[in-house]
Amino acid sequence: MLVYPAGQETPMHDIVTLVSAAFLLIGSAFALVASIGLLRLPDLYTRMHAASKAGTMGSCLMLIALAIHTTDVGTMSRALAGVVFFLLTAPVSSHLLAKAAYAVGYRLHSTSVTDEMAPKDQQ
Amino acid sequence: MISVQSIFDHAVLAALAILSLSFLVTIYRIIRGPTLPDRILGLDMLVAVAIGFITVIGIKTGYTLYVDVAIALGLVGFLATVAFARFVLARGKTEDDILAEAQQAASDARREGRAAAKEQLRRDAGKQEPDAGVSGRSGDPHA
Repeated sequence: MLVYPAGQETPMHDIVTLVSAAFLLIGSAFALVASIGLLRLPDLYTRMHAASKAGTMGSCLMLIALAIHTTDVGTMSRALAGVVFFLLTAPVSSHLLAKAAYAVGYRLHSTSVTDEMAPKDQQ
Repeated sequence: MISVQSIFDHAVLAALAILSLSFLVTIYRIIRGPTLPDRILGLDMLVAVAIGFITVIGIKTGYTLYVDVAIALGLVGFLATVAFARFVLARGKTEDDILAEAQQAASDARREGRAAAKEQLRRDAGKQEPDAGVSGRSGDPHA
């Protein structure tokens, strides 16, 4: 269990701090990867693939870093609730956006390999 | 020996720097983004990066009330993205459609203007010609 009395210098405390620092760095690296994907990928659907997976992963990892760094059980549970909430809402919102964009007629990039939602006669 | 606390402080600073970089890159995509859904996606990503910022600041300052702000921001970002998706669906056309419509309207207006000018010219000519004809015809009986 990672809950321990505040201010107590133990090896456990050091380990928790290091793990929290590692989660922070990994999470921010995921956010950076997601934004680079947003910058470099060719069309809306591939960009969505970067932003909604790597971006969600990044902010969830940072919330987990907060959860394991804090000494307060209330804060920890709220951070974990935020992780769950974010994991639930991010796919829904990006699915809605992708579906709306496809229905309206934003086309895939010309290098896309397959479009399974296209009408049969256009494949 | 490097203390654990200094490693942690440096990790926090590095996380803030990396997050700032990804914030700027996302803002570039929002400004540049050729279509509206690209910009909406950029805003969604911006919310994720802002939640990361809030968490890092919460860890750095120990002021954990920021977690509630992060959850509320996540909710607002989700609702905004859903509302924007509904807007894209309700608008029902892409930027290319809008551009094509504008070009069509412009060429229609040009054609209409040219037709109206021709009509005006013809009417002017017709007004002159019947006068000439009337005078000619009225002149004829007298002659």
